[in-house]
Amino acid sequence: MSLIKRWKVRIFILMAVVGPGFITGNVNNDAGGIYTYSLAGARYGYSMLWTLVPILIILIVVQEMSARLGVVTGKGLADLIREEFGFRTTFFIMLSLTAANLANVTAEFAGVASSLEIFGVSKYISVPLVAVFVWFLVVRGTYKSVEKIFLISCSFYITYIVSGILAKPDWLQAAESMVRPTISMDSGFLIMLVGLIGATVAPWQQFYLEAAVVEKGVDQKQYFGSRLDVIFGCVAMIVVAFFIIVSCAATLHVAGRRDITSAADAAAALQPLAGEYASWLFAFGLFNASVFAASILPLATAYTVCEGLGFEAGVNKKFREAPIFYWLYTLLIAVGAGLILIPGLPLVFVSYLSQVANGFLLPFVLLFLLSLVNRSDLMGKYRNSNGQNLVSGFTIVFLIVITLILFFLQFS
Amino acid sequence: MLYLSELIGLPVYDSSGKKIGKVSELAAIPAVPRPRVVFFLVRSAGDQQKRPVSLAVALKDVNSLSSSAIRLEVSQEKLSVFQPDEGLLLLRKDLLDQQIIDVNGRKVVRVNDLALEDRTVDHRMELWISSVDIGLTGALRRLFIGAVPRYWLRKLESQIKPTSIPWEFVNILEPDPRRQLKLNISHKVLANLHPADLADIMEELAPKERHAVFTTLDDETVAEVLSEIEPRLRPAILDSMGLARAADVVEEMDPDAAADLLADLPEETATELLQDMNREEAAELGELLEFAENCAGGLMNTDYVAVPASANVDSARQLISSMPELPENFTTIFLVDAGGKLAGAVPVGKLIVASGKTSLLDLRSDPILWVSSDSPEKDVVEMFDKYNLLSLPVVEDDHQLAGSITVDDIITLLCRKS
Repeated sequence: MSLIKRWKVRIFILMAVVGPGFITGNVNNDAGGIYTYSLAGARYGYSMLWTLVPILIILIVVQEMSARLGVVTGKGLADLIREEFGFRTTFFIMLSLTAANLANVTAEFAGVASSLEIFGVSKYISVPLVAVFVWFLVVRGTYKSVEKIFLISCSFYITYIVSGILAKPDWLQAAESMVRPTISMDSGFLIMLVGLIGATVAPWQQFYLEAAVVEKGVDQKQYFGSRLDVIFGCVAMIVVAFFIIVSCAATLHVAGRRDITSAADAAAALQPLAGEYASWLFAFGLFNASVFAASILPLATAYTVCEGLGFEAGVNKKFREAPIFYWLYTLLIAVGAGLILIPGLPLVFVSYLSQVANGFLLPFVLLFLLSLVNRSDLMGKYRNSNGQNLVSGFTIVFLIVITLILFFLQFS
Repeated sequence: MLYLSELIGLPVYDSSGKKIGKVSELAAIPAVPRPRVVFFLVRSAGDQQKRPVSLAVALKDVNSLSSSAIRLEVSQEKLSVFQPDEGLLLLRKDLLDQQIIDVNGRKVVRVNDLALEDRTVDHRMELWISSVDIGLTGALRRLFIGAVPRYWLRKLESQIKPTSIPWEFVNILEPDPRRQLKLNISHKVLANLHPADLADIMEELAPKERHAVFTTLDDETVAEVLSEIEPRLRPAILDSMGLARAADVVEEMDPDAAADLLADLPEETATELLQDMNREEAAELGELLEFAENCAGGLMNTDYVAVPASANVDSARQLISSMPELPENFTTIFLVDAGGKLAGAVPVGKLIVASGKTSLLDLRSDPILWVSSDSPEKDVVEMFDKYNLLSLPVVEDDHQLAGSITVDDIITLLCRKS
């Protein structure tokens, strides 16, 4: 009896901590992410694969810092920025975060539109319907029960792994790219690099992960489990990204199709697995990923902004009690979905652009994150180590340098 | 009325008209009912020879305070460097942008700005904290101050209904228990809130702040809050209290709530707690813990009133009035025979109207309802629904009365399931 009970407690603890990191990783492989990885494979073949190695290291270091900050302080990132840097700084960060997240929400609805177009559903029908569905799902508090369905549907990504293998990619070339990095100074390549980083290490993700860790009430003793969860989530995410790029390189790039303008184009990467049903499979996966992220992103944004600026927030509050929270949440969905309805909008390009916006905002969020995890009054013995500072400091400098180079290329 | 955000950054001039620096902080004595500002901290402008330092300007040395400058009565040489003092409340560092508890509104809010009241006493200026601005006006002031002319800002603010909390209803949060003591922060008023409201507030706080508040509350209040707070937070809260205090708190809890709590803890911790508790209470809890959580035994409370079935109304009334403390949600008394077996139940209401000589057996409800301790939760809920019950006795295999389930347990159970 006591043995069973002890096991029950162990499993309980495991269930309690395995979660936030894994969910965050999966939400992040959203419409914008899928399209960005697909484009990277189609345009540059295997040559960008190597970037996934440093990106994985950056991802783990950054996510681990967010989770650690949450576990030790028990506060959200927006709360901490507000308490340590004051109102005005918080306001401008929240403003940029809202703008970048609006771009992300728009990308999710672009994913909804383009995936359902494969089934012949017009975006003028699909997007408004999904927008209303998502709004009710969250406001009515039924989200939690649907989350599991989303997560299970995420196993769709396995199809990319299978397809990537079935496509008989040139493994030698892929391996060579992994060990011999190539970098090109043209702006297309650099923007793609920022996009890839933005697609994997999204700014909103840091706020979301920390909030999720605090919400779970993970304490310092369970931190080891939490750290495993984060690493597991990051690795799973990068493996998916790797196989999406490989599949696209082995199919689209090899066939000389270097651009992706619709879901049908991107779906071609799944043909080795699913043949003529590839587009259906792709559409299903993209739809699931888009709706999943579209349910989380606007809500997470509204929570973060209200938390940082000190407005009441929460779906368990009435509209009158938390008007700013509900307005922000509703506007993000309405504007994000509304933009997609503009006739002739290039959907794939919009998704890609949102990830680039993430990449530009990221260094600033990292700067705040970094200065917070280095505060000994907040973190005590859980302060950042030199190695962690080196990796994140390098990322910040690298992103700022690339951004500057891009500006320079634009104007010369 | 002055605002902290307007004072911070004001240039300060000494008696000779020389600029000393800018106001960087206000320090106040945490007096009751309202803290009184004693120092302006002035950040001196550094140059090649001198590093910038924080000078302490006592309020009595201030000659005039306007919206554009502060002028002193003394020269810069007379001012001393500020010595940090944990007993002083630093308005910018400790309060601005931090969370506080709004006792009146029963929630945790964030400070956007502080309103200060200035009074002139014997030609001397005195500054007191009067209220905390948590609304849009404070937010706008913080955002635009220094960027747009003050006149416009005041005009803009006057358009908006201010949201502020008078200082009397403000409870400061200080995560360090030692400094909490020095700052004279007591959370006594919180003990007057309903435990359910207090639990909601505690859920919003970070673990360290929660711990600091709990250290100032008495065991009984903490026990009540712990029964109401989200179950997933309980183990960490108990852990932070230390074993001795945790045992005291668990003793104060209702046995069923305490049993639920212990069941969620790692076995070693639960055993240690039981060993540290009063022997009688620990034995009772140990018995409750033997029952699986999702059956009648796991739901029941051992805190109930049972009287011999042979008793009459008078003796029952006497017995009840002699009890030091009545069980929570006391609606029913149970009748037991000489062997401790359940013989019936009498609603307390009937006891009030019946004449003193009536035998309790004549008052008992019909049919005699009960569940056995291993009945599944679902059956218990169905019985409450079918017979519209307020409470239901739980019996062991040999029909011995073991405990009672009250309707509040059922409501909690149903809420958790939905």
